[in-house]
Amino acid sequence: MNFLDFEKPIAELEGKIEELRHLANGGDLNIAEEVAKLQGKVDKLMRATYGKLTPWQKTQVARHPDRPHGLDYIDGLIDEFMPLAGDRAFADDKAIIGGLGRFRGRSVVAIAQEKGRDTDSRIRHNFGMAKPEGYRKAQRLMSLADRFGLPLLTFIDTAGAYPGIDAEARGQAEAIARAIEAGLDLRVPFVATVIGEGGSGGAIALATGNAVLMLEHAIYSVISPEGCASILWRSGDQAKEAAEALKLTAQDLHRLGVIDAIVPEPLGGAHRGPAQTIGAVGDAIARALDGLEGVEGGLLRAKRREKFLEMGRAAGA
Amino acid sequence: MNWLANLVRPKIQKWVRPKDVPDHLWNKCPACANMIFHRDLEKNLFVCQHCGHHLKLAIKDRFAMLFDDGLFQKIELPKAPADPLRFRDLKRYGDRLKEAQNRTGEADAIQVAHGKMGGIGVVIAAFDFHFLGGSMGVAVGEGLVAAAELAVLQDAPLIVVPASGGARMQEGILSLMQMARSTVAVGRVKEKGLPYIVLLTDPTTGGVTASFAMLGDIALAEPGAVIGFAGARVIENTIREKLPEGFQRSEYLEEHGMVDMVVHRHELRATLIRLLGLLRNPKPAGDLLRLPGADVKAAR
Repeated sequence: MNFLDFEKPIAELEGKIEELRHLANGGDLNIAEEVAKLQGKVDKLMRATYGKLTPWQKTQVARHPDRPHGLDYIDGLIDEFMPLAGDRAFADDKAIIGGLGRFRGRSVVAIAQEKGRDTDSRIRHNFGMAKPEGYRKAQRLMSLADRFGLPLLTFIDTAGAYPGIDAEARGQAEAIARAIEAGLDLRVPFVATVIGEGGSGGAIALATGNAVLMLEHAIYSVISPEGCASILWRSGDQAKEAAEALKLTAQDLHRLGVIDAIVPEPLGGAHRGPAQTIGAVGDAIARALDGLEGVEGGLLRAKRREKFLEMGRAAGA
Repeated sequence: MNWLANLVRPKIQKWVRPKDVPDHLWNKCPACANMIFHRDLEKNLFVCQHCGHHLKLAIKDRFAMLFDDGLFQKIELPKAPADPLRFRDLKRYGDRLKEAQNRTGEADAIQVAHGKMGGIGVVIAAFDFHFLGGSMGVAVGEGLVAAAELAVLQDAPLIVVPASGGARMQEGILSLMQMARSTVAVGRVKEKGLPYIVLLTDPTTGGVTASFAMLGDIALAEPGAVIGFAGARVIENTIREKLPEGFQRSEYLEEHGMVDMVVHRHELRATLIRLLGLLRNPKPAGDLLRLPGADVKAAR
């Protein structure tokens, strides 16, 4: 388990429990009570810590290396998944994985951003930062969903679209713009879930859903706190202040009317209970789909457009 | 010659250059650093007569240059909530906003006007880069929505002229949402079968490029404009390489198939009028002049 800075006291207690258990294996039986006491302390501490995470702490949790990633949601929620590759123009971008499958029985198109877990897979998935071909693949899969009347489920987790020479040369901006347009044009139910980091244009490209869900400790922002700090504070050190100011937490976004529902995470964050988290996300998606299925396609599109047309109009913190 | 050029010329220029002229009489070209007499610059549509650099244009000059006889009607834009997040960095966003408003006399970075071009009614929405970098927050989104609605109402083409660093960070997620919002807005114009033309000017980057600005039926760009998604510094920091010459300039985008054409400002009005004519009056001009009751068979 990787521990974050602010989790140090928790880590220490858990270390002690681990030690005691080790001793217990050696034959001392009076240890169970002690372990239970310590575990109680851990739970209390965890509740206290996770009950009031600051925006900057949430940013760290959202980026936690052990947090379930896009492919984990596809594995956990999509049966018979058939990955479909390529943008039919240039390449297959593995920062965005998509394909056909079944979500709780119904055929769907699922698209997920994947950051990778170890050095090899991180490089293969380009750290979850898609290039134009990734967004063009997403557009292609969106029109596939539209053509066959399949709901679209997206799982968002990216630091942002890839900033590089090749990405610019192939039209990163245009690819994102068209993905936004394609998502808004769909005549099928579209449920987007921000599972980790919703990084700017690279995230909204896949997040123009009828319903936008967000995990309790996920973040979604126009710019990373570090990027914002380096521009507005002229120093990356003020990332903490920037995270506060940007209002990037699920709770803030819900208040601002940008997202529709918050999916609770297990105590201590999604990485402490991946299966439970993925199940909760599945339940929330199912609830959202229930309200959308059976609605006529044109109306789904009109309602989605109406919703995004109102964004910010009545806002006031 | 070098020592002469470096040492003597600046000194000579110092003598020659009038010192006490008011600021507004002389402009310095940001590209070649030559001085240009303001009246000449204005006459030349703010293109440097020495190097051809296209200077940033104030919205009123842009409107005056594009509309027939410089005649246009600005529309009042709906008020947007100011500082929805009560954002504060080293300074309050509310103060930055007020400062920009006082300096420009405008409510935000976008203005919308309607008028005619080549006799065809059009709606134009233009950005002011000098208003907080032309950044897109809720008010700019509001302007684009209003422009699109007006175009639909008037059955007129929509021309948008962005000059923007991207989304307005100080409005956080709400500025990001304007990417989707503006896309819906211009989508309505397109759905009505009305032309949506984007004229990309220096600079157009970030969330503005990655939304309505890259969705035009036709995309024109002024020469030498910086147009792209990620900022040059961000890219350099990511790949730790120097960027190629001319990277993210209009000509680079044209070469990479991202814009239809790069148009010199002197040719801009004529180019737009020709495009509008071709899109709006698809029948040959002769058909329009034919009198009713004339030889119908021949016309078919």
